[in-house]
Amino acid sequence: MPADGGIGAPNKRREDIRFLTGKGNYTDDMNKRGQAYVAFARSQVAHGTLKGVDTSAAEAMPGVVRVFTGADFAEVGGIPCGWQITDKHGEVMQEPAHPVLAQGKVRHVGDPYAAVVAETLDQARDAAEAIEADIDELPAVVDMKAALLEGAPKVHDDLTSNLCYDWGFVEENKAAVDEAFAKAAHVTTLDLVNNRLVANPMEPRVAIGDYDSSAGDSTLYTTSQNPHVIRLLMGAFVLGIPEHKLRVVAPDVGGGFGSKIFHYAEEAFCTFAAKAINRPVKWTSTRSEAFITDCHGRDHVTTIQLALDAENNFTALRTDTHANMGAYLSTFAPSVPTWLHGTLMAGNYKTPLIYVNVKAVFTNTVPVDAYRGAGRPEATYQLERVISKAAMELGVDQIALRRQNFITEFPYATPVAVEYDTGDYVATMDKLEQIADLSGFEARLKASKAKGKLRGLGVNCYIEACGIAPSNLVGQLGARAGLYESATVRVNATGGLVVMTGSHSHGQGHETAFPQVVASMIGIDPSMVEIVHGDTANTPMGMGTYGSRSLAVGGSAMVKATEKIIAKAKKIAAHLMEAADSDIELKDGQFSVAGTDKSVAWGDVTLAAYVPHNYPLEEIEPGLEETAFYDPANFTYPSGAYACEVEIDPETGKVTIEAFAAADDFGNIVNPMIVDGQVHGGIGQGIGQALLEGAVYDEDGQLLNGSFMDYAMPRADDVPFYTVDHSCQTPCTHNPLGVKGCGEAGAIGSPPAVVNAVVDALRRNGSDITHIDMPLTPSRVWSAMQS
Amino acid sequence: MTQVSMTVNGKAVSAPAEGRSLLSTYLREALQLTGTHVGCDTGQCGACTVHVNGKMVKSCNMFATEADGAEITTVEGMANGDGSLGVIQQAFQDHHGLQCGFCTPGMVMAAAALLKDNPKPSEAEVRAHLSGNLCRCTGYHNIVKSIMAASGQDVAAVAAE
Repeated sequence: MPADGGIGAPNKRREDIRFLTGKGNYTDDMNKRGQAYVAFARSQVAHGTLKGVDTSAAEAMPGVVRVFTGADFAEVGGIPCGWQITDKHGEVMQEPAHPVLAQGKVRHVGDPYAAVVAETLDQARDAAEAIEADIDELPAVVDMKAALLEGAPKVHDDLTSNLCYDWGFVEENKAAVDEAFAKAAHVTTLDLVNNRLVANPMEPRVAIGDYDSSAGDSTLYTTSQNPHVIRLLMGAFVLGIPEHKLRVVAPDVGGGFGSKIFHYAEEAFCTFAAKAINRPVKWTSTRSEAFITDCHGRDHVTTIQLALDAENNFTALRTDTHANMGAYLSTFAPSVPTWLHGTLMAGNYKTPLIYVNVKAVFTNTVPVDAYRGAGRPEATYQLERVISKAAMELGVDQIALRRQNFITEFPYATPVAVEYDTGDYVATMDKLEQIADLSGFEARLKASKAKGKLRGLGVNCYIEACGIAPSNLVGQLGARAGLYESATVRVNATGGLVVMTGSHSHGQGHETAFPQVVASMIGIDPSMVEIVHGDTANTPMGMGTYGSRSLAVGGSAMVKATEKIIAKAKKIAAHLMEAADSDIELKDGQFSVAGTDKSVAWGDVTLAAYVPHNYPLEEIEPGLEETAFYDPANFTYPSGAYACEVEIDPETGKVTIEAFAAADDFGNIVNPMIVDGQVHGGIGQGIGQALLEGAVYDEDGQLLNGSFMDYAMPRADDVPFYTVDHSCQTPCTHNPLGVKGCGEAGAIGSPPAVVNAVVDALRRNGSDITHIDMPLTPSRVWSAMQS
Repeated sequence: MTQVSMTVNGKAVSAPAEGRSLLSTYLREALQLTGTHVGCDTGQCGACTVHVNGKMVKSCNMFATEADGAEITTVEGMANGDGSLGVIQQAFQDHHGLQCGFCTPGMVMAAAALLKDNPKPSEAEVRAHLSGNLCRCTGYHNIVKSIMAASGQDVAAVAAE
């Protein structure tokens, strides 16, 4: 059988057929027999004492089945946090309670305090508006630094302050870092804001709770990136449902970008309410609701300092960040500004001494958690911006300064606790210079000038840590879960395979790419392999998809399970051909005996496994199905170099992206078409952060841009065609596929490229400006030009 | 409730709707045509785009009763008669013009409206036409490329992949 379309082939996506014809099965497309609908009553103030909730008017409204308040949830647990940080003094973080429905206080606009279940959605919404909450409004804290001042209003009265933790990393290096700064020939300091973003996958969140009273089984259908994690968190910590009585299904999911990792109150509510009223219960978020309930991302305020010696070698790096947690700790929130951020501060450079301080702060805003890149974009942005500023101050070429300080020997142990296995930063920079045609920039600059436009070039590098991660390591760092992945490979009698994976696809094309891996190993056509995911009843325990981990971790589990399948199949083939196991070779779907012309086909062996008439029953069991769990030995370290060219209209300050090029090293590639698409999408989001997006709260804690009318999402005419290349490939050394992950790179590498380009354009026009905070709106750029 | 009748994808349909029911809700709930998606509540995202009497309309911006008697086409009506992908749908698959698939029905319907009026649009014209359709996955690169390819233009020269 041909092995065409295996690893490395740009196979068209099989899932596209259903998405293009309207046959997708998203959670909101499902309706359960006898279903009732939910509408939440949510706080319209950022901070207040919840003195009482009067539900009597709502209960009298047409179609209302039941109204729930916080009191109904007094006996169940709160929404848990999955990561505990230990601070620089050895104390564990402050961890507030997070009730499903608010009890005693409301802490951000959108905090739910009651919910109506009614016969129709309109009836539920009408009744939710009739709920009367008696809330004494309290002063809100929105600004992180103000929240830490003595006497600031406390988001949680039972905590000592609004400080979640004060983390120092690596604390033992602090004195040496300070000493290096004292001796530096040059120190560059940069204050910057990593703007608060809303992930905004196009599909709003949905949850349907279902309860089978005959068996006592609960099912939750939800828009999740990791159904097993939701089952674990909600079952064990919130509702007390053992895993064998709780099924979580995440069918087609319309994007996530991190925001659908977390366990949300609405999921627990629908599961709880379905049992309480013994009917299916459905909640569909509106977009307006999503803006005030989906976790936000980023929101760091940072001062970074880079020390250089007289030869412009980086000698030390020091960074001080305030990270917004919002009003409650979301599932992975504490890990984002710490272990996913501090460990990346070396970037692509051999800076010998690094110290990172992060103060995580509670405010009366929506909780903040991982968003595409999660900590790594924040690290990359500050590092790459401070290097560009240093180059400006020193009057040296930005690319040359980077090249001079590149790590060139691998493996490389950074001073921030991680070891890069492979990389070639010189090669990706060389590739970038070629694909971005950097030598032609001067001519393009001249052409822009002739049109009356300013032109600038921004270049930067990035590194990320993907494929999270070794369970024993993350356990030491405070994770309350293991971070392996699983796969079951079931071979059917007639030779087709079903692979059940704990990874979850919500746009990444797993149904197409994963079969390429398994089919390549056996030498069969990928169409013989089907992927099943997204249902805890049909897949082995898995940790889901985030952190660019699906292929590196989930794919590796698939490889391990397939290796077991092949080993067993070889035993069967050996029996059929009366040869020794060790003499059996598998190629192109044929088992043969080495050095002979004897062979049996894949299908002969799989049939024998299920019709074991001529079979080594005394040695092996019938059937051909294997499960493997893969726990990685290390993170993977994709890297790359990005270039952005902008034009600025000097009359208005409007920035247009004229060209964007990305040279990435993702290690080995399974489906290059899908990889291109992942990079394109990441760059689009990074350009959004750099030019357009930013969640803005007023001082009372009202989100001022809580809809697509106000929050500027990138549109088709905000971005150009991108030039992307992933021909530089240094395979990962510690996973069987040699893959590194590509999902977040674009969003990590692109914001500094855009900002570097805008600053460059202004400086070429005579400005001495060194920084503008994102988003680089026309008004910000124009104002900077006037100063 | 009012009985609302229309022709959807060439088939006469009739179902009751409340006065405040949106066309998008009618299509999804009354007719169970769930290919039309709802991604926002302010008429900005375009995932619910359908054709009403041959014109591109955001179905969340129209009451179901306003479409009484209209000819509607949704993404379910875009495949060829034999069920194979239509030209635009095929171009989206060929050029990886979709990822999570949620905005895709709106993109396909918007593309069809564009190509009907402008059979060979430039890149700038495609991008301008999509100003009412948001995608969060693709960075628009392959959507623009797919639509240009669907119009029969050679997209091999589009920035390297």
